Amino acid sequence: MATDLHGPVNESVRHAAGQSAGAAPGAAVRVGGLVRSFDGRAVVDDLHLTVRPGEFVALLGRSGCGKSTLLRVLAGLDREIEGEVLVPRRKAVAFQAPRLMPWKRVWRNVVLGLPGRPDRGTAVRALDEVGLGHRADAWPKTLSGGEAQRASLARALVREPDLLLLDEPFGALDALTRIRAQQLVAEVWQRRGCAVLLVTHDVEEALLLADRALVMAGGRIAYETEVALPRPRDSSDPRFAALRARLLDRLGVAGAPVPPPEQPQSPAPARAHAGADENGTDTP
Amino acid sequence: MTLDQAVHGQAPPDVSAGTPARAEPCPSPELSRVIPVSGRRRSVPRWLRRAVGPVVLLVLWQVLSSTGVLPVGMLASPGTIAATGGGLVADGTLPSAMLVSLQRVAVGLLLGGVAGVALALASGLSRLGEDVIDVTVQMLRSIPWVGVIPLFIIWLGIGEAPKIALIALGVAFHLYLNVYAGIRGVDARLVEAGTSLGLSRRGLIRHVVLPGALPGAMTGLRYSLATAWLALVFGEQVNADDGLGFLMNQAREFFRTDVIVVCLAVYAILGLIADLVVRTLERLLLQWRPTFTGQ
Ligand SMILES: Nc1ncnc2c1ncn2[C@@H]1O[C@H](COP(=O)(O)OP(=O)(O)O)[C@@H](O)[C@H]1O
Ligand SMILES: [Mg+2]
Repeated sequence: MATDLHGPVNESVRHAAGQSAGAAPGAAVRVGGLVRSFDGRAVVDDLHLTVRPGEFVALLGRSGCGKSTLLRVLAGLDREIEGEVLVPRRKAVAFQAPRLMPWKRVWRNVVLGLPGRPDRGTAVRALDEVGLGHRADAWPKTLSGGEAQRASLARALVREPDLLLLDEPFGALDALTRIRAQQLVAEVWQRRGCAVLLVTHDVEEALLLADRALVMAGGRIAYETEVALPRPRDSSDPRFAALRARLLDRLGVAGAPVPPPEQPQSPAPARAHAGADENGTDTP
Repeated sequence: MTLDQAVHGQAPPDVSAGTPARAEPCPSPELSRVIPVSGRRRSVPRWLRRAVGPVVLLVLWQVLSSTGVLPVGMLASPGTIAATGGGLVADGTLPSAMLVSLQRVAVGLLLGGVAGVALALASGLSRLGEDVIDVTVQMLRSIPWVGVIPLFIIWLGIGEAPKIALIALGVAFHLYLNVYAGIRGVDARLVEAGTSLGLSRRGLIRHVVLPGALPGAMTGLRYSLATAWLALVFGEQVNADDGLGFLMNQAREFFRTDVIVVCLAVYAILGLIADLVVRTLERLLLQWRPTFTGQ
C-alpha cells in the first residue's frame, strides 16, 4: 500500500516516491493568491507560499493571525477558498489537541483510515518510532498528555506522507516532553524526507527545527528567512541568537535587540509587514 | 475544611524570585493524612451493599403488616405475597403470563428499535433527512402516546397488534431522540481528524459518528426499556385475555392485593434484569469513556 519513503533525502528518492498529479514538480506545496474569509473578513489574504520537497518550514505568527486556517486549507479540510493551492495527495496532520478517537484503542487510532486492512504490527512499528509501542492496547483516556500527542504523531507518520502538517503539536506539552517530541520530529523528518510545515508560536522551536522560518501577518507571509545553521542546532550559537532576535522583532515583540538588517535569502518576495495588526501577547 | 483553613489561614507562600529571604520562619500548616482507598473500601462486597436497600424495605413492610399498622385489606404482607407467588408459579399461571408479556415486549422492542434507530440515522446523518424527518417526529412526540390507545384499538383490533404497536411507539421515540442527539453531539473536531486521516463518508460514519453516538444510544435504550414496560402495562389492561397486565386486572376485580403485588414484583424484577443487561452492555461497549464512575 505504501510507497517506500525511507532512506536519504535526495531528489531521486523523491521522484521515485512520486509526487501526486496535482503538485507541480519541484514543490511539495504551491499556494498562489490564496484568500480565505470568515464573514467578509479576509483572514488569509492573497497569500503566496512554496515549500520544496523535503523542506522543513516553520510558520510563526501571533495567535489569531490565520496560521491554523492556512494549515487547514493545506490539509484539504477547508475548501471555501479562492486562489490556487497545490498539495500532495499524501499528507498528514497532527493537530494541537491529539484528537484521538476515544472509542478506539491506541493502535487502532494509529491505523485508522489507512487503505487495506492494516494489522496491529504496522501500528506498533509506528508507535515504537515515537516510543509508545508498549501502550498500543491502551485506551486514549489512560494516556498522559505527552503520550497522546505522540500517538497522534505516530498516526500522522504511519501514513508516510509527502507533506506533514503540524499545528502547534507541542503547545500543550511540558518543557521536557516538548524537547523530546521536537527531537522526535527532527529524527523522523530526516529519516522520512517528507516536507514539513510546522505551525508554532515558539521562535526557539522554529529555529531548532526548520530550514526556513516564515512569519505570517496581515493574512500573508510577511517575512521569511532561511535558517542556515548546522544541525544539531545550538541555541547558544550567536547566529542563532541573531536570527531569534530578528524573528522576534518581526513578530513585533518589543524590547528584542535588533541585529543589523540582512536581506532575506529566499527567492520568494517577502513583504515586510510584521504583526502590527494585533494586540496582546501570544499565549497558547 | 482542614485544607481550606490551611490555605486561607496563612499568608500565601512567597514564590517570587529575587525577593530577599524572610526574617521569620513560616509557621508550618496543619497536616491531614490522605487515607488510601484500599484501607476503607471493599470491606463489604458491592452486591451485598446493593441488596441492603430492598431488604430493609421488605423487613419494614413485614413489620408494619405484622403489627397491623398496614391493614391486610390494603396491602398484603410480604409473607402472604411470597406464598401467593409460589402458588401462581406452581399452577403455571405466572410463567405463562410472563412468557406472553415478555414476547410482546421483545417484539415491540425489536420493531420500535429498528424504526427509531433507522429514523435517527437518517435524520442524524444527513441534512435532507433532518429536514424531512426531525420536525415530523418532534411534532408527533408531543402527543402523549398513551392517548393513542383508543385509536390503535380501532385500527388494529384487540389482538396482539395494538399492544405491540404501543410498545414499539414508545420505544421508537426514545431511541430516536437519543440516537439523534448522540449523532449530532459527536465532536466536530474528531470528524475533522477523521477526514484528515482519509476516511470516506462511510468510514467516518462507521468509525467516528456511530461510536460517538453510542453513549446516547445506550441512554435511549435505558429509557425505551422503561417505556416498553409501561406501555406493556397499559396495553395489557385494555382488552387482554392473557399476560401480566391481564392477571393484575383480574386480581383487581377480586380485591386480591397479594396477586397485584406479585405482578408488580415481577415487573420490578424484569426491570432489574433489563437494567442489568444495559449495564453489562455499557460496561462492554463504553469502557473507553473517561467519565465519572462515583466514589
Ligand atoms: N470557523 C471560523 N469562523 C469565524 N472565524 C474564524 C473561524 N476560524 C477561524 N476564525 C478566525 O480567523 C482568525 C485566524 O484564526 P486561526 O487561523 O485559528 O489563528 P491562529 O494563527 O492562531 O492559528 C481568527 O481571528 C479567528 O477568530
Ligand atoms: Mg492555531
